[in-house]
Amino acid sequence: MDLYVLFFYFFALLTVISAFVVVFARNIVHAAFALMFTFFGVAALYVLLYADFVAVTQLLVYVGGILVLIIFGVMLTTRMFSVEMKTGTLNILPATIFTAILAGILIFVFSVTDWGVVPDQEFDTTVYGIGTLLVNEFILPMQVAGVLLLVAMIGAVMMAARERSKSQSK
Amino acid sequence: MVETLEQFLPHPLLALFIHAALPMVIVFPYVLFAVWLERKVSAHMQDRLGPMRTGGWHGWSQTIADMIKMIQKEDIVPSRSDKFLFKFAPFLAFMGSYAAFAVIPFSSEYIGAHLDVGAFYILAVTSIVTLSILMAGWASNNKWSLLGAMRTSAQIVSYEIPTVVAVLSVIVATGTLNLMTISEMQSGTIFNWLIFHSPFLFIAFVLYFISSLAEVNRTPFDLPESESELVGGFHTEYSGMRWGMFMLTEYADMFLVSLLGSVLFFGGWNSPFGDFMSGPIWGVFWMISKGMFFIFVMMWLRWTLPRLRVDQLMDVCWKYLIPFAFVNLVLVALWEMIF
Repeated sequence: MDLYVLFFYFFALLTVISAFVVVFARNIVHAAFALMFTFFGVAALYVLLYADFVAVTQLLVYVGGILVLIIFGVMLTTRMFSVEMKTGTLNILPATIFTAILAGILIFVFSVTDWGVVPDQEFDTTVYGIGTLLVNEFILPMQVAGVLLLVAMIGAVMMAARERSKSQSK
Repeated sequence: MVETLEQFLPHPLLALFIHAALPMVIVFPYVLFAVWLERKVSAHMQDRLGPMRTGGWHGWSQTIADMIKMIQKEDIVPSRSDKFLFKFAPFLAFMGSYAAFAVIPFSSEYIGAHLDVGAFYILAVTSIVTLSILMAGWASNNKWSLLGAMRTSAQIVSYEIPTVVAVLSVIVATGTLNLMTISEMQSGTIFNWLIFHSPFLFIAFVLYFISSLAEVNRTPFDLPESESELVGGFHTEYSGMRWGMFMLTEYADMFLVSLLGSVLFFGGWNSPFGDFMSGPIWGVFWMISKGMFFIFVMMWLRWTLPRLRVDQLMDVCWKYLIPFAFVNLVLVALWEMIF
């Protein structure tokens, strides 16, 4: 079998199986760690699509940033106060309806989209293209995203500072 | 390199596998040597001799004997721990560390993967080590382990910012993320190395070195495993070869940041004397020598400086290193615009 195909099926299976574990694991920390393999598998799929920069960004942002924060939060809630957090089955009826609608939309998009398969091509540099586009054509969205992150950061600092001044006044 | 291997080997997959395993040939002997060196350096700094008996000359085979002993030890797993995560964490740790060696150009002819986003990839993939430390700390079901793991994640997430900005200064000066291209740009004599490129890149190197010490949990930033407070930190419950895997990861990580530092600032595989003693084989020699020099500096610092307190650790990062790193980045960019 072709190596490319072999790698694709390996990482596709890794992504799907670990995603199942995320959903069905009763232990919330197990779910969080399984999420790492999902993110990792998605990054590998990006690599197979010749999107190296996006793949590394996926690793840096999701595995290095978001997942560490999720696990940090989860670890603070479980074990430390000897409370076992288990995920239960709640709100079965609304959940079923919404999942059915979502699945319907996804299947619809999947069947309508024209899946243009790009033939095998040489691995080309993507970084320069992305960089040039970001500071030329997409400068406004990039700046808006930057301002959004700044606002979120200032908000977090404000919240932390307010709590501190409250505890000092006691 | 892969193409050459494919000519001699029956299957392309085998060639890929051997190509991927080559850094291991350097990393394993290096770890055995570095653990011995750490003992010797610490001993001599404290006016002792250190290991002297095993193997004859200055106890050179002490770590080999230790490794064989560790493999023979009983595999102890605490009964109230999370068995699967506890057993899996050491392997994940080394996986994260070894994955980063893929983009280190060991010589002008050898690089694991010729990625155009090499520098960026290293910063991203080492975060798996953080996750494995969190995993180990949580799965051990031990207060000290959990506290150690918490400290690690807080520390590494914070110190990642000055590291990234310092690396970014080099990227601004060179205009590429490809570590092989960065090495090639510094060929020639010692004055072509990026550390001498501009005064601000020298400051960037100092920032990089300080924050990389924190990234690999070395003194004065070894709070995640500070023995006097947390017994052994995140690996308190580990013993035998599983503990050995964490040790292997720690030393491999030190080597990794040293090699990255020498690629970014000290010419990578280039000889300091221009054409004298240069070539693919000498490249490996220079690369490892430069890496070992920084390893020695790390050991030197370990036995010289006291450990920081947790709040001081955060102060150093957020109040000093990060503002300095950002101002320095702007200055590097200005220097590149003017000259």
